[in-house]
Amino acid sequence: MKFSLSWLREHLETTATLEEITATLNTIGLEVEGVEDPGAALASFRTARIIEAVQHPNADRLRVCQVDAGEGFERVQVVCGAPNARAGLHVIFAPPGTHIPASGITIKAGKLRGEASGGMLCSLRELGLGEDHDGIAELPEGTAPGQSYPLFAKLDDPVIDIAITPNRGDALAVRGVARDLAAAGLGRLKPWLVETVEGQGDSTITWRITYPEACPWVLGRTIRGVKNGPSPAWLRRRLESIGLRPISALVDITNFFTHDLGRPLHVFDADKVRGGELTICRGAGETFTALDGSEHVMTPDDCVIADSSGVLSLAGIMGGAESGVSEETTTVFVECALFDPVAIALSGRRHNLHSDARQRFERGVDQALPPAALEAATRMIIDLCGGVADNVVSAGGEPAWQRQAHLEFARLETLGGLVEEPDHAVHLLEGLGFEVRECDARHVVVDVPSWRNDIATPMLLDQQPGLPEARGRAAAEGAVAINPEVDLIEEVLRLRGLDSVPAVSLPVHSAVPLPALTPRQARTASLRRTLAARGLLETVGFSFVAQEQAAQFGETPAGLHLLNPIAADLDQMRPTPLVNLLAAIKANAARGYPDIGLFEVGPGFDADGQKQVAAGIRSGHSARQPGQPARPVDLWQVKADALAALSVMGAAMEGLSLSADAPAYYHPGRSGVIRQGPKLVLGHFGQLHPALLAARGIDVPVCAFTLYPDAVPEPKRRRKGPPALSAFQPLRRDFAFVVSADVPAEKLLKAVKGAERNLIVAVSLFDVYEGDKVPAGHKSLGIEITLQPMDGTLTDAEIEAVCDRVVAAAHKSCNAVLRG
Amino acid sequence: MSDDLETLREQTVQALAAATDQRAWDAVRVGTLGKSGRLTALLKELGRMTPDERRARGAALNRLRDDLTRLIEARGQELEAAALNARLAAERVDVTLPGAPEAEGLLHPITRTIEEMAAIFGAMGFQVAEGPDIESDWHNFSALNTPAHHPARTDQDTFYLPPEAEGQPERVLRTQTSGVQIRTMLGQEPPIRIIAPGRTYRADHDATHSPMFHQCEGLVIEKGITLGHLKGCLSDFLRAFFQMPDLPVRFRASYFPFTEPSMEIDIGWSRKTGQIGAGDDWLEVLGAGMVHPRVLANCGLDAREWQGFAFGMGIERLTMLRHGIPDLRSFYESDVRWLRHYGTSPLSPALLHEGL
Repeated sequence: MKFSLSWLREHLETTATLEEITATLNTIGLEVEGVEDPGAALASFRTARIIEAVQHPNADRLRVCQVDAGEGFERVQVVCGAPNARAGLHVIFAPPGTHIPASGITIKAGKLRGEASGGMLCSLRELGLGEDHDGIAELPEGTAPGQSYPLFAKLDDPVIDIAITPNRGDALAVRGVARDLAAAGLGRLKPWLVETVEGQGDSTITWRITYPEACPWVLGRTIRGVKNGPSPAWLRRRLESIGLRPISALVDITNFFTHDLGRPLHVFDADKVRGGELTICRGAGETFTALDGSEHVMTPDDCVIADSSGVLSLAGIMGGAESGVSEETTTVFVECALFDPVAIALSGRRHNLHSDARQRFERGVDQALPPAALEAATRMIIDLCGGVADNVVSAGGEPAWQRQAHLEFARLETLGGLVEEPDHAVHLLEGLGFEVRECDARHVVVDVPSWRNDIATPMLLDQQPGLPEARGRAAAEGAVAINPEVDLIEEVLRLRGLDSVPAVSLPVHSAVPLPALTPRQARTASLRRTLAARGLLETVGFSFVAQEQAAQFGETPAGLHLLNPIAADLDQMRPTPLVNLLAAIKANAARGYPDIGLFEVGPGFDADGQKQVAAGIRSGHSARQPGQPARPVDLWQVKADALAALSVMGAAMEGLSLSADAPAYYHPGRSGVIRQGPKLVLGHFGQLHPALLAARGIDVPVCAFTLYPDAVPEPKRRRKGPPALSAFQPLRRDFAFVVSADVPAEKLLKAVKGAERNLIVAVSLFDVYEGDKVPAGHKSLGIEITLQPMDGTLTDAEIEAVCDRVVAAAHKSCNAVLRG
Repeated sequence: MSDDLETLREQTVQALAAATDQRAWDAVRVGTLGKSGRLTALLKELGRMTPDERRARGAALNRLRDDLTRLIEARGQELEAAALNARLAAERVDVTLPGAPEAEGLLHPITRTIEEMAAIFGAMGFQVAEGPDIESDWHNFSALNTPAHHPARTDQDTFYLPPEAEGQPERVLRTQTSGVQIRTMLGQEPPIRIIAPGRTYRADHDATHSPMFHQCEGLVIEKGITLGHLKGCLSDFLRAFFQMPDLPVRFRASYFPFTEPSMEIDIGWSRKTGQIGAGDDWLEVLGAGMVHPRVLANCGLDAREWQGFAFGMGIERLTMLRHGIPDLRSFYESDVRWLRHYGTSPLSPALLHEGL
């Protein structure tokens, strides 16, 4: 909300400086968003008088003036080119060093065509204050020289813009801000007095309320014989200072009260109201054209004001174009109502209509103010537009807004951390308009003022369904008991300033804190570090992606389609971060970086819900090196990435199995699924399907992996036994087995490993051969076994026996035969 | 020494000097000390001499043999060293050639900041809690004293997802991680000290807003926790995070539906230079407050018994301030040039004892 300093001073008697005022506003919760001081840029301009002006000896169009610009500049010579520069003229003088807003130059003392010139005489245009006629500005006769020009011209009226939090409807008024500042000790709130206007007869327009839930009380008044024209200068300046465009006196008056008292009013042209009665009722499908030209269909939840011809106004939000006042209006009907904040908030949101009135009604307005506000508005209308007022008409009645709140003084410290004198706390509350009902050394009970709709309000709880009844009831009672008190504590604290609460470090429960992360969280941290240590760059991608891209990586259930996406390409919750990673590969390749590795650990969404997914991707080629040509990324790299990550997460690596049934976005022959046991899928890896890459316009090779960290069972935290360190050297033997080409190598390795569990400690594959040296449809697998004797060196016979078992096991499991 | 021996010595020395490779040297060695070598032949002649002759000649021959053996050996080593040098010279490479190429992987700055937050709050006894990104309306709003009509809801442009089943309310993408606080209060008895870092979503997209960003919220519920502790805890955090023991921290009254009293927290900085902790300006970095009695009640906690504070901060915002990152959008663009510039090494995790 914006207000000018002079407007504030209408309500606040204070000697505080602008800086003190803005600092206090920040402290008490009325955050200053900005201060505009139109006079600040003009601070060095001063009023002056030309004592003498003579023709410049060397220039026809210049005059040499002796200028009196007050203290320090009693007689300055200024060379001036303005045709109206003459002796006796009162002018605006810019001393050296002055920045001229319009031209951006800074005035320097110097010589013009040989004559000294110690400043400049200015036009209003040069001050950025408008287009005046030729020559320099002429100030009124008798203006004392040496005054600050902005002070003289009343430009020293800074405008303060504050952010109003949703609870403070009362601060959407200059008077409300003044009250807060006065309560914080920054001056005195001036009394606000209303002069009542006697009615001269019965109103021809009356009120009826059929939707009391939305409007408990409405007042109105007809004023006849008004002349609606431009507002007087003071009112126009008020409104202009806060960025409002003056329209006509009647409209400007409503805007004035909206901002001055936070009391929105509406004026109808009484001659356009049909049927003599205004009804406040539910909408019924009517189409309503608002003042801003927008059209809206009224729903039964909307509160509207209608006459016999139809809807005239969306109550509390915006009036209609048809029934508004104009220059021709001679009879005006003023509406002053209380509307239900919730109804207004929902209605305003439904129709996406924003207005100063809605902003105030949805936060709640002063519930006792309508009669006085209507009198004040009537008075101002008659003062500015003339006319005679009818009697006030009304419907409904003043709601029972009276509430009490209680404060235990000790709670200021035990909740607020503030040591405060009870008397002072009470004094602060009284400054805000709370009235003391009861007070002793221990506590105070106060009446809540009619404008504070945020204090001690009726309890609105929304407890978790299924809370045990006794527990829920006790908790609800606790909130009822504590809430109003906390409301008051907040008021005292904000007026005192939170900086007055001493900071206390949290008490230490355990000298050495417990781990902040759960084992699973810590495991995810290790996972990230492992992938990064393997050369992958971590990324963070949006959880929502374009639906057609998501569809390339999995199901896109309707339940995961955003109802209100911000952009068409951010409309579907992603099944896996691979969607983003592939897009990143494409974007980076387009930037000239095709050879990269990325990973992300983040959520993936499917019909079963949300799960954590670790996905990695490698694209392009290895770096070229002398003697080593670039190699395209291959699935062995991403397989190694995936297995390293699983290992660091504590997966039982021995028990993992691989199969070639990876999702369809992989190359069907170059991808695999990693499982633990027969069912539990821990992840998959492989080369991405060429058709997918082609569809995405990616022309570099891409391999990727996906892991499901939550699926990896948490390792058992058992203490390890001591390692079995043999005193005897291990020995190694190589075998070449011929097997059918479709036998997975892993199957053979497992069979061999199992041939003699006590001696064979490692089996590794060192060669795969397919070609004319083996029968067609077959391949040769070269494997190395490591035998580790524990009790003594193996004899040739023992070694022979193990080898026989290896060959037998290979044959049995894979139909493998030793290559001849 | 007799002349013939002197001659043999001279000739051998010359032959050794003339031998410039292993093979020539070996020929000299064999020709002198070998089975048919010249010295060996002289030694063989001793047998045919008289004992007296033999004594004198033998002693001279033995000396010569030792002498020649030493000379041959020395020359041999010399040649060996020369050969090695020659080989090494031939093996010389251009050491300015690149080392084995290795891609450097780095962690995203958001990850780093979350790690740092966990480390600092962890030291103050907090635990890290998590929750789902897709929340019920109740967990995200209603439980937090923010009913449907609340003006605060219009400030948070919420993304909605279809309801789980027909007739049920729409689900929301969480606009804050407060749902985690709610779940924590429902799921465990106080005392509670948690932080909840995570993804949050708001329908806002421009230079300074992203439709997805990260927040870290915190919750402390204990007996006797006051606003003074809130101030202490968050000042302690900010000073540790920005590594400035005397960072100016300012608390300003504000409003959130879920806390009362509520406040915004500023740190000192210079608008001109962007330097944290310097200058006369203030920069808002945190929102906080004492947990609202209604929020406690909604979660089944009796406000007469329990109280505490909650806070929330933007992870990207703090990261940008800490590292001087100018553009919010760059966090999610996965531009490798940016990731390499702002990423951190996985081998220096955020450890308080090593310094953050």
